[in-house]
Amino acid sequence: MTDIFVTGKNARPITLAALPECDVDALREGILQRVENGGRLAALFGDACEDGAIMMYAVIADDSEGQLAVGRAKLESASYAALTPDCAQAHWFEREMAEQFGLKPDGHPWLKPIRFQRPLSSDREPAELPQIGVTDFYRVRGEEVHEVAVGPVHAGVIEPGHFRFQCHGENVFHLEISLGYQHRGIERAFVGGPHKLTVHQVETIAGDTTAGHAIAYCQAVEALSAVSPPSRALALRGIALELERLANHVGDLGALSGDVGYLPTASYCGRIRGDFLNMTASLCGSRFGRGLIRPGGVAFDCSESDRAQLVEKLAIAEKDAKNAVELLWAMSSVVARFENTGTVGRAMCEEIGLVGPAARACGIERDVRHDHPAGIYQYAQVPVMTGHHGDVNSRAIVRWLEMQQSIEFVRDRLANLPASPLMASAAQIAADAMTVSMVEAWRGEICHVAITDDRGRFRRYKIVDPSFHNWFGLAVALRGQQISDFPLCNKSFNLSYCGHDL
Amino acid sequence: MIRALLARMHQRHRTIKYPDGPAPALPARFRGLPRIETGRCEQGCRDCAEACPTDAIRLDGGGIRLDLGKCLFCSECERACPQKAIEYTQDYRLAASNREDLIIGEKDLRHAQSMGRELRRLLGRSLRLRVVSAGGCNGCELDVNVLSTVVWDIGRFGIQYVASPRHADGLIVTGPVTENMQLALRKTYDAVPAPKIVIAVGACAISGGPYLNQREQHGGAASTVPVDLYIPGCPPHPLTILDGLLRLIGRIGVAQVRESRG
Repeated sequence: MTDIFVTGKNARPITLAALPECDVDALREGILQRVENGGRLAALFGDACEDGAIMMYAVIADDSEGQLAVGRAKLESASYAALTPDCAQAHWFEREMAEQFGLKPDGHPWLKPIRFQRPLSSDREPAELPQIGVTDFYRVRGEEVHEVAVGPVHAGVIEPGHFRFQCHGENVFHLEISLGYQHRGIERAFVGGPHKLTVHQVETIAGDTTAGHAIAYCQAVEALSAVSPPSRALALRGIALELERLANHVGDLGALSGDVGYLPTASYCGRIRGDFLNMTASLCGSRFGRGLIRPGGVAFDCSESDRAQLVEKLAIAEKDAKNAVELLWAMSSVVARFENTGTVGRAMCEEIGLVGPAARACGIERDVRHDHPAGIYQYAQVPVMTGHHGDVNSRAIVRWLEMQQSIEFVRDRLANLPASPLMASAAQIAADAMTVSMVEAWRGEICHVAITDDRGRFRRYKIVDPSFHNWFGLAVALRGQQISDFPLCNKSFNLSYCGHDL
Repeated sequence: MIRALLARMHQRHRTIKYPDGPAPALPARFRGLPRIETGRCEQGCRDCAEACPTDAIRLDGGGIRLDLGKCLFCSECERACPQKAIEYTQDYRLAASNREDLIIGEKDLRHAQSMGRELRRLLGRSLRLRVVSAGGCNGCELDVNVLSTVVWDIGRFGIQYVASPRHADGLIVTGPVTENMQLALRKTYDAVPAPKIVIAVGACAISGGPYLNQREQHGGAASTVPVDLYIPGCPPHPLTILDGLLRLIGRIGVAQVRESRG
């Protein structure tokens, strides 16, 4: 069975000619076997062939071996036996393929749109386009059971999404999450690229994860054009990625504190988040790292005085963050609200394939920087931090532990910045090739898959934001919880709407 | 409790003095208002316009016209220009009241005007805003939100973000207005009691930004609701947003009409 997959490391090129086309049943079997043996579905997506048929691609990550297995199958017809009943990780991917390419996964238990988007290939446009949010929701019926609908416009300054709770009193039986409001057609925009706008669209896939997505994109382009960024650029990319993690993690810890009504930490962390963002701005002028990471390297250098200032600011921010964050666990009222709230067990986490801090909070050592290192992480390791209980408390603790590791990492990189150019010269992107590029961003695993046509342009560019894996985890976390704990649970995942909706 | 008090002392008072004191320092590489010197242009050179990812630059008889509403402040034009005809400055003041004011040439940007006298009487000292993200990447949303932190503390000016449009005096809109958010934006706008204002924050909400060519979006807030204030940037710096808000409520930028305080 193994011969239908091509196996390789993160961000390495694969020539399409070397990638066998099997039939969909064989691919299905291959995926199920690999997942059974500890593999993880990192991506599953379609691509429209010239003859109108759909090619299905699967990427299975073997985290213990650091290998990524890629397989593909050409579908004879739109129907095929759904993977989801045997592999829950395929749930969202199969719904996405059905929406994007009109595929019909027979036996899928809950087949409905995830974005309410137009099909990716225009010849498949249905007579009537789906209306956002107009769909059947899962319903619980019975005496005293009621439904609560929230969104798309929420109370806070956050992105839009729709949540449908089935409640019995305060108790949540089920939460269904319906997204797509932020859909702006990114994957379609990439076809035929890279265009002038592509890198800017990459930076705004999820604007709070600019460094994460930009690195994933650049790694993909570099793999396809056989370019190796200089060592100084790799170090600066690592610094940007970890500063992004620091800003978001400290912001999340503050927001968690605010959601349980403990305002001191909420207030301090809100400010400290800004300090980390301003460090990124001192590198490139943008608090979100816009314009820093470009194919071939980085666009801005870190001078000796920049470096010295960063080291100093980092030490201050570290002290302030420690002071603010550790208050959380000194307050019994905070701990009481964090513990045993929104628990996702380890077995469930494995089954649905969570990534990032949400997975590590269940005790799973899953981290692209460790399992599939690319760029600077091949040379400098970041220890993987885990929690135990999979609840809000564990997700908070994991963030704080990771922050401490990231601070160490940034300090080390600043102390050992290699002297080299910032950019490798560009080269032609290979034709008829593909690559899988993964990055551990602050929310978890980003997976970009680029496939080129015979002119070296993107024929398909698949983006899997960590939120794509984790939204279902939030739904699971809410089961049996009080509905009033939804904001807290939601914040403990802090998932991206735009990263999901693309 | 003692620990919380000690932490409070450690964290200190952090609110900036601006606008009564100096504005906080911006990073050296901050890209604010571009300065345009058409006189430096070489005949027939179109390098800046061709480098611009959002086609924000037009070259006509009058020289370079740069649309701040489309500009991502990526400075590709600056890098492309051999003559340094475009240079990004540290000037963070970018907000404007009219869409066409954002198209700049050599003349100075016409900064945002304050609301009319009657609106200022009603909202000038107490402005409640509902934020609607309509396809935003969360960049603008975050830097809008940051104004509520202790550093910026917009509560000082009577500005507050509220949870319901029915409690609001106006909307802040981010994002290009996706097809999937248009109805929700319209309904939210309708739910705000009159008189009401709309503030478009970021390149997406002004022009569609990096998504301006996508048919999944409508090219910004003005496609759906009337806009009173445009704040360019991708995303705009918090100071740029604050500057826009303070001009709108007449806190800065107008000849200060002060009641006699003796």
